[in-house]
Amino acid sequence: MNILDPQGPIGAAEKTILIDSVGIMLAIVVPTIIAIFAFAFWFRQSNPRATYMPAWAESGRIELVVWSIPTLTVILLGGVAWIGAHELDPGKPVEGTGQAITIQVVSLDWKWLFIYPDQRVATLNTLTVPVGAPLNFQLTSASVMNVFFIPQFGSMIYTMNGMTTRLSLRADEVGTYQGLSAHFSGDGFPDMMFDVHVVPQNEFSDWATKTAHGDNALNADVYQELVKQSVPKDRSVYRLDDPELFLGIATRRIAPGPGPEQTAKIGASDAR
Amino acid sequence: MSVTTMTPDLHQAQGLEVTDNPGPAPKRIVTGYGFWIFILSDMVMFSCFFAAFAVLSGETAGGPHGAELFNLKNVAIETGCLLLSSFTCGMASIAADLRNRFWFQVAMAVTCALGLAFLWIEFHEFADLVARGAGPSRSAFLSAFFTLVGCHGLHVSAGVLWLLTMMAQVFAKGFRADIQRRILCFALFWHALDIIWVAVFSVVYLLGSGA
Amino acid sequence: MLGKLTWAAIPFDQPIPLLAGAVVLVAILAVLVWVVVKGHLPYLWHEWITSVDHKRIGVMYVLLASVMLLRGFSDALMMRAQQAVAFHSPGFLPPEHYNQIFSAHGTIMIFFVAMPFVIGLMNLVVPLQLGVRDVAFPTLNSVGFWLTATGALLVNVSLVVGEFARTGWLPYPPLSEMTYSPGVGVDYYLWSLEISGVGTLVAGVNLVTTVLKIRTKGMNYLRMPMFCWTTLASNLLIIAAFPILTATLAMLILDRYLGFHFFTNEAGGNMMMFMNLIWAWGHPEVYILVLPAFGIFSEVVSTFSGKPLFGYRSMVLATMAICILSFMVWLHHFFTMGAGADVNAIFGIASMIIAVPTGVKIYNWLFTMYGGRIRFDTPMLWSIGFMVTFILGGLTGVLLAVPPADFLLHNSLFLIAHFHNVIIGGVLFGAFAGYTYWFPKAFGFKLHEGLGKAAFWFWLVGFYVAFFPLYAVGFLGMTRRMQHYDVPEWRPWLMAASVGAVLILIGIIFQIAQLVVSIRDREELRDHTGDPWDGRSLEWATSSPPPVFNFAVLPDVSGEDAYWAQKVRAKQEASAEEPHYEAIEMPRNSPTGFVCAFFATITGFALIWHIWWMVIAGLIGAFATFVVFAWRDHDEYEIPAEEVARIDQANISERRDMISAAGSV
Repeated sequence: MNILDPQGPIGAAEKTILIDSVGIMLAIVVPTIIAIFAFAFWFRQSNPRATYMPAWAESGRIELVVWSIPTLTVILLGGVAWIGAHELDPGKPVEGTGQAITIQVVSLDWKWLFIYPDQRVATLNTLTVPVGAPLNFQLTSASVMNVFFIPQFGSMIYTMNGMTTRLSLRADEVGTYQGLSAHFSGDGFPDMMFDVHVVPQNEFSDWATKTAHGDNALNADVYQELVKQSVPKDRSVYRLDDPELFLGIATRRIAPGPGPEQTAKIGASDAR
Repeated sequence: MSVTTMTPDLHQAQGLEVTDNPGPAPKRIVTGYGFWIFILSDMVMFSCFFAAFAVLSGETAGGPHGAELFNLKNVAIETGCLLLSSFTCGMASIAADLRNRFWFQVAMAVTCALGLAFLWIEFHEFADLVARGAGPSRSAFLSAFFTLVGCHGLHVSAGVLWLLTMMAQVFAKGFRADIQRRILCFALFWHALDIIWVAVFSVVYLLGSGA
Repeated sequence: MLGKLTWAAIPFDQPIPLLAGAVVLVAILAVLVWVVVKGHLPYLWHEWITSVDHKRIGVMYVLLASVMLLRGFSDALMMRAQQAVAFHSPGFLPPEHYNQIFSAHGTIMIFFVAMPFVIGLMNLVVPLQLGVRDVAFPTLNSVGFWLTATGALLVNVSLVVGEFARTGWLPYPPLSEMTYSPGVGVDYYLWSLEISGVGTLVAGVNLVTTVLKIRTKGMNYLRMPMFCWTTLASNLLIIAAFPILTATLAMLILDRYLGFHFFTNEAGGNMMMFMNLIWAWGHPEVYILVLPAFGIFSEVVSTFSGKPLFGYRSMVLATMAICILSFMVWLHHFFTMGAGADVNAIFGIASMIIAVPTGVKIYNWLFTMYGGRIRFDTPMLWSIGFMVTFILGGLTGVLLAVPPADFLLHNSLFLIAHFHNVIIGGVLFGAFAGYTYWFPKAFGFKLHEGLGKAAFWFWLVGFYVAFFPLYAVGFLGMTRRMQHYDVPEWRPWLMAASVGAVLILIGIIFQIAQLVVSIRDREELRDHTGDPWDGRSLEWATSSPPPVFNFAVLPDVSGEDAYWAQKVRAKQEASAEEPHYEAIEMPRNSPTGFVCAFFATITGFALIWHIWWMVIAGLIGAFATFVVFAWRDHDEYEIPAEEVARIDQANISERRDMISAAGSV
């Protein structure tokens, strides 16, 4: 899950910006820290060779320098930030080989539902994607806020009920990675880890076709079970019955998660 | 080894004429100033409710819009009450300055009556809305509406309570210096509520009815 | 009759909070019994609880902060211990308990440690530095303190009666809404902060009015010590920001209590509005805390370098620039919410711009040391420790302001490390520097230097060992608030971090020892002159502890570093003329604050548990308290001129001995 070991272009570009920014800042931070130690050491009271200037408190020249050093650094970094924010805007489409895949992500209490509307497939806490293809994520939440994050792919993004956020990523190396929720969402939050399988493109279409014809269907009843608060034991895959499911959740046509099944033991009598 | 250099005074060094600070300000100034700052903070709080109202004013969740709910005639009467009460409150301040107990009590009593009339109309407006199924839990828009207008109403209620306390104080103790300062603060508070009402009237009722 | 309150609210099945609560309760009872048996109660009541003296109130604020620091730190120890063991295992804290702990830790550390600590120091020092006898509103000051204490009390009551919030220190909806958090935890959070928020606002109004309207003769704005400037900036921020918090929490209260729809999932509620509003308060809050710390460092670095502050006007400009800029950056707390590239970029750059005035401050402290004669007493050690640590925290902060970097690091332990880096390295080190620096002024004796230095080194090293591993584990993708985890790479870093927490614990033990030893040896550590550090500003011009009226004769100021100038003059002209003493009017002590807070506690507790009759009783009580206060006939008492002269002469003779001794060196 090391973000310094990115597996896609977004993560790689962000890592570069991260390291460059640290480098730019270290160029003034290190000399400043050295100066602090040097001044503190040299001007110690017990050093007879240091000159004591008890009234020296003004120097236009030094002030000009101390205002300009941080200003110049910030101008430089501000450029990095401006370009970076535009180049790496989470919703900006990425280039890639092969057909772009749309994946609709729903954060539930406390699990991730991934819907592939074009493939008519859905998965729970496991994500399978083709290598090198642009991955277009649309994200929402069926209850509270969460953040969808696959550290080695790059950018994270919030999921919120009644709203759709967008994120484009690409995975460049076949392998298995991990994703997680990066925003606290209740008692089961630490279990919102999910597997990410990056597979060759033909393998992906085989997998999708096979799953779309499987027995395990995601229909309204199954979904009603999923929205309840729970931590699932296994990583299920489903045949998707309703391709409009995501739209229903994102537009609140389908009711949001019910929260704790029985209201907490304290104050049960007065709960609405 | 003794230090003999004095810190130069910047103003003198640069030949600037600066009047020296004369020392701590008199109590009346300090009290009024402090209360002004409190009012500013109160306005910041109101501005949050205004912001929330602006964000949520379209979120009617299939429920009624402002235009279907507001009765501008009532609101006009409310506004009249409040503006007039500001005037009578000003008269009370003048009476307090002149240390005239009788006219102070009269002006405060009228202010109180006008404030109560305002609250009475507002209470009926709210009760009517709730009865029509347009209570605060109907939609985010109505939540924001009730909160903004209700918060002003709560301020007016607190103001009436304060007003009655001041009347009792003047009755029992006369125009002592500290009571005079409290009257000054009360007047600032009451006029500030008027200003906020003007904003509520324009943003909530006028703009809301138009949309 | 008792609303939601039943016996089920007491967590008999959870030994840890129950035990902790019982220990605290026994400790409080023991102290109370001791106070009553020893007959100290009248003294406490007349001299402290009802005191409207800004110095006493300042001390009580710092005491509250110190006690709450112990509570908040024990939460931190439990969190570090849990994360050290909870690898492939549930650890020793179940989620519902762990989640309360991190929520309480953040809430307590910000609202009931950092805030009261800096407000306490401001209360203690600012009127002295301005050369005046009191703050603008002494009784209101007491009300503010006691309301803050009410908030702290309610948070601690939640330990044994009911539960605390499980939503993080900022309760983001919809998780904090009734649907997902039906318990009373969020209500404890909301009412504690509403009540203590009123207290903070009162303190803010009071201190702004004090700095702007109550200064001694000749104390022009540009002659004020830097700490007064940062106090002004910080309290202006309180006045502009705390009403936002009050309003935002009020909206959440309405959602939870009356079914409103500000932030709910249903009926058009908008949770993003909560995030915008809460951070419109939350980001200025950071500067409310750190600006006073900057002021403390300015005083300390200048005093212990034996020089005026370098670039005083630059510092004033930088302080006020930070004050304004802090309101323009709130969005950087949620770059990853999909706001769009332009918005992210603008707020990212705005956030970086704050680094400019902050950087200028660092350089000005650096050049204050240049050409100085630096003494490394404990306050100076904290200051140098701060400068180095804070620069690193600033670096990671600016890094997080670069949106693409934030896309990787948002909500991660890197972020946790960053803000602890600036809040411990900035605010807390500043508070400790100020505590050591001004302790002799408040109590008349210095703190033990050796133990103070030991505490400093353990804190400093402990901080680096506890938080630099968190930077690293943030790079490994670990996010905050994990009750357990299965990723093996994270574990060694979390183990290291827990070692750091233990080092900090040792630092805290040294601080407690320092206080105990210093009180024991107070006669040897006595500060006879009122000027133990060779200070430069007016607080050192009066005795330690100062008389209730601070200055027998209000000083007349004619430049910066007013007291330094006085000393220089005194050395040049051997004899000063006898001051002319007059009778002094001081405000009478009043139990208004305490009684008002008592009713606020009742009201808050009743609101949390939906005990409506008690809410009404509490509100009536609070109103009645104010009416009774307003009815008193004498709110001031007079200290006769002879008494003033007697107190002042005693100090002047000691001070004259010191100056002549120094002159003969």
